[in-house]
This record gives sequence, structure tokens and C-alpha cells, in this order.
Amino acid sequence: MSNTPIKGNVAYYSWVGFLALVIALGFAAYLRQLDQGLTLTGMGRDVSWGVYIAQFTFMVGVAASAVMLVLPYYLHDFKHFGRIVVLGEFLAIAAVVMCLLFVVVDMGKPMRVLNVILYATPHSMLFWDFIVLNGYLVINILCGHVALTAEKKSVPPPAWIKPVIYLSIPWAFSIHTVTAFLLAGLPGRHLWLTAILAPRFLASAFAAGPSLLILLALLVKKVANFDAGKEALSKLTTIVIYAGLANFFFVGLEFFTAFYSNIPSHMHSLQYLYFGLDGKGALVPFMWVSTLLGVGALFFLLFPQTRKNEKFLALACAALFISLWIDKGIGLILAGFIPNPFDEVIEYAVTANEVAITLGIWAIGALILSMLYRAAITVKKAWED
Amino acid sequence: MSESRRKFIQQVGGGLVGLSAISLLGKFTEVEATANTEVKDKPAQIRWGMVVDMSKCKEGCTDCVQVCHSRHNVPDHGNAKDEIKWIWKAPYKNVFTSKSHRYQQQGQLEKPFLTLCNHCDEPPCVRVCPTQATFRRPDGIVQMDFHRCIGCRFCMAGCPYGSRSFNWRDPRENLKQLDPHFPTRERGVVEKCNFCAERIDQGLNPLCQEACKEGVITFGNLNDPNSEIRKLLGEKRTMQRKTELGTAPSVFYVVES
Repeated sequence: MSNTPIKGNVAYYSWVGFLALVIALGFAAYLRQLDQGLTLTGMGRDVSWGVYIAQFTFMVGVAASAVMLVLPYYLHDFKHFGRIVVLGEFLAIAAVVMCLLFVVVDMGKPMRVLNVILYATPHSMLFWDFIVLNGYLVINILCGHVALTAEKKSVPPPAWIKPVIYLSIPWAFSIHTVTAFLLAGLPGRHLWLTAILAPRFLASAFAAGPSLLILLALLVKKVANFDAGKEALSKLTTIVIYAGLANFFFVGLEFFTAFYSNIPSHMHSLQYLYFGLDGKGALVPFMWVSTLLGVGALFFLLFPQTRKNEKFLALACAALFISLWIDKGIGLILAGFIPNPFDEVIEYAVTANEVAITLGIWAIGALILSMLYRAAITVKKAWED
Repeated sequence: MSESRRKFIQQVGGGLVGLSAISLLGKFTEVEATANTEVKDKPAQIRWGMVVDMSKCKEGCTDCVQVCHSRHNVPDHGNAKDEIKWIWKAPYKNVFTSKSHRYQQQGQLEKPFLTLCNHCDEPPCVRVCPTQATFRRPDGIVQMDFHRCIGCRFCMAGCPYGSRSFNWRDPRENLKQLDPHFPTRERGVVEKCNFCAERIDQGLNPLCQEACKEGVITFGNLNDPNSEIRKLLGEKRTMQRKTELGTAPSVFYVVES
């Protein structure tokens, strides 16, 4: 398994070369940030978390979504996921690595990161997030590696891995629940102070993650001639539809509670996001694009004629993924700080340096994913031959 | 499993669940329904607090701010985004966001009010800090350890008063003058008002209290019924910021004379 990612054709190497370039640019931008400080970002005393923490939150969801393959395959014996369950686990690995990197680049004192363990503080949700995220990384590396190694040797996976696989199911739910708890327990941040933040996170994760998996499955079918199978894709699409509908239902619930109760502090952030507040509304166009893309994609996915067409399926999944990324990977974190505790609307504008670092981390994720998928598909194909 | 053993386990289990439910109920029902957090009275312990009498505060005067910021080496970066603040003035309507209305007496909404860390009895910043770099001293002062802070800014998200500042850039570059009696900070850590803990430990009052010629600020032990601050709280009508959040601030305001 270890030597497979090195062999390859021109297209693969060009892709890796391109990613390496983006990573290098991101790394250079990070060195700049290390030298001059987080003043290089758009963050400030009012919006004190920005695109890094927003990406972190979004990627935790993508990581958790692997469970949407593991659960049907191992608990319900849904055999059709057999070919792609490892793709889900490997996506989780890449996503968790991205999460950890996004947290580190957001820190003012990254060299002190181990203080989280050295001075372990159970009453801080960040401590628990550190535990569950790293645990999830280890579990997925273990499960993916053991399953693939067994397949390579054409032997059944060892019995001891079964409990670890079962553990990964509640663990996946835990990573996104704890990430929601980071935000949902803060007094005075009314956009986040909602008991349905964790279920909302899970719903959007189980729509966005499997959407990405469908796109990846269609991609490897094209570039590596590895077919996930019609049944697997169709089941994943069903998951995407239900989770997507749940997500928009939850967003609607937030609107009802805020606007029917008519409590200003509960309405402010939503007003800022969707309509603008105090004449400021930098995110308004983004949120409406997100709503249109998401609702539109779900509408077309509801019809068998459109969702069974692979081109259309890819388009809808991409639209839904972008929609949920805007909602969670931009809007939710930023608007939690708007208005600020003094009821002033102070906006956040991302900087070029911040974008370069963010793209660099996305490229690291893509590189890890490409290498792992390449290895997995090589093993799978050899085994099937 | 035999029938009787199963029944026994069911009964024991049910009993345990019932008992814990009863004890939990007791915990919740004994509290009085109030928007404010019940502050535990610990008479033997000091709990430092502050009354800010805004009826005495002179408009345009920033003596307390100047002294605090210069003696604590608070830099002036010259822009709002990177700004570090320990004590400052903001309009009444922004300080008391839920206690403002459009028919308020002339000038009240825009009147500059002093604001600083509330040194809450139930501080959310302490609760969320992953390294205990922010901690509550036994005397109620919410304090920072600049050497332990990892700069995650969870405390800034947790503070509902906007009292915390992060060193987005090197603070030492923009110090007008250096006071050797107080440590400067590094880039990448959070800071805030410390109620002049370094002076209180020497038996002195906070700098802002000392600097004010109008007697706006009264500082003292909230747990001592005979202290000056408690007498003032007993006489005047006072309020705290955002009490509905259960933070139990230790800073009180006299709004009118």
C-alpha cells in the first residue's frame, strides 16, 4: 500500500504538482502570518473568528459524514457500500487533518498548542473537541488501513477491528456535536445559542459530506475507471436528500423562533445575514445564492428522472455542497459576532493572505485524499482482478 | 436469566433512576425564579467589586483611561480592528443595550459610559478557556496568565461584554512609553482589565479609582456588609450590564443622581 501513491501517470502527477504549488503558496502566506501576526487577517476585536474557524466547523461535518457509509454497511449490512466505504473513511482522514490545521493557523500562539493537554480543562468544550477530533483521526486511519491491508492480502479483516468500527459510529456523531457545543453554549451569541445547533450541524454535514462523496465517486469512475455502482450512488443520493431537507427545515425553525417571538437579539444576526442590518449586509448576496442553490438542488434531486442522470446528479450535488459551504463555512461563524456585544454592526472582510492560507489547507486535504484514494483504488482493483 | 433475577435487576435499576431523579428535582426546585444568578454569600471571603457613579463622571474626561492604559503598557495601534482596551467610554445605548428606549431623557442614549471587564462571579470566559489561562481568583478577580494563553480567542467569543482584546500585532511596537512596573505582552495573546490585581495584592486601590478626581469609582469588598461599596449599593439605585445572562457582574452602575 505504501508504495502505490508514487507510481502514476501524467495527469495524476500534474494534479499533485498543482496541489504542491498551492500548498507552497499557502505555506509562504503562513510564514508571513507567523512573522507579522493575525493582524494580516480580516479578523479584529469584534469579529474575532473568521474564515479559518468557519472552515474548521464545515470540515468537521465533512469528516463526520463518513458515518453515512460506515453505518449502513456495517450495522445494516448494506453490501453495495462495500466498494466505497473506505473512500468515506479516507475522506474523513483528509477532513480531520484539515480541521486540525485550520485550528492551528487560527491560534495566536501555535507553539503552545499542547497546553490544551498539559493543562487539560474538562469544563472547556475546546478540550473535548481536541480529544474527539484526534480520536476520530486515529479511528479512521486504523479502520481504513486494516480493512485495506486485509483486502490486499485477500484475507478477512481481523476480528478486533469490528469493535473499533462500531465505536467510529457514535464517535462520528460526537465530533460534530462537540463542535456545535463550542458555539451553542456561549451567552450573548444569540445566533449560536440554540439547542438545535448540533442537529442542524449533523443535518448539513450529512447532506454536504455525501454530496462530496457522490462527486468523488463520479470522479474516480471517470479518471480511475473505478465504479462505485448504481445502488451505492442511489442510496447516497437518498441520504443527501433527507439530510438536505432536514437542514433547510432546521434553518426554517430558527427563522420562526427568532421572528415570531420578535426578540431583537434573536433576530439581529439572521437579519444581518439575509437582509442586512444598520445598512450593512456584505453577506446578503452569499446567503441568497446559498439558499437558491440548496433549495434548487434539492428540488431537482426529488425527481427520479433528474437524479438518475449522472451529469445532473453531479451538478445538483455540487450546488448543494456549495450552498452548505456558504451557510456554514462563511455565514454561520461570521454572523455569530454580528452585531457585537455593544449592538454595533462591524463587518469582516477576508484578506488575500488569509485566502492563500485557507487554499493551502484545502490543497493539503486534496493531496492527502488523492494519495489515499489512489492507494485504495489500486488495492481494490488488484483484489477484484 | 431467570425470571426472578431479571425482576430484581429491574427493580434495583428503577429505584436508582428514581432516586437520582428525585435528587435532581431537589436541585432545580430549591432555586428562586429570578433573571439574576444567585450569588453565593461567602462572608469570610473577599469578593472585589466596583460601583461606577455615572452621575459624577465628567464628559470629555479620560483621566482613568489614560492612567490605566499607560501604567499597564496598553499600546495604541491607531485602528479600531487591532485596538486593545482595558477601560474606555462607549455610549449608554451600547453599554446598556437592552435598557435603552427612544424616549429616554435628552442626551442619555449618546452619553459616554465607562466600561471595563465585569469580573463576573460566573465568568463565561473562564468556563470556555481550554488552558485555564483565564481564571478566577478566590477574591473574584478574573485574571489572565499571558504565558499560558494559546491565543484561541474562545474567551472573546464567550464574553458577552466585549471586554477582551487580542494582540493581533506586536504590542511593543506601539507603546508611547514603557512602564517597567508592569509586564508588556507578546503578540498572539488575549488581555483585559485585571482590576489592578498587582496593586490590590499590595493593599492599594485600582488606578482608575485613584486617578478620578470626581469620585466616580468606588472599589471594595462586596462580601463585607460594612464596606463603603456595600453602603453605596444599599443607598443608590444601581444596575449591572446584561444580568439576564447569569454572569453576575461585579461592576455596578449608578445611572442618575
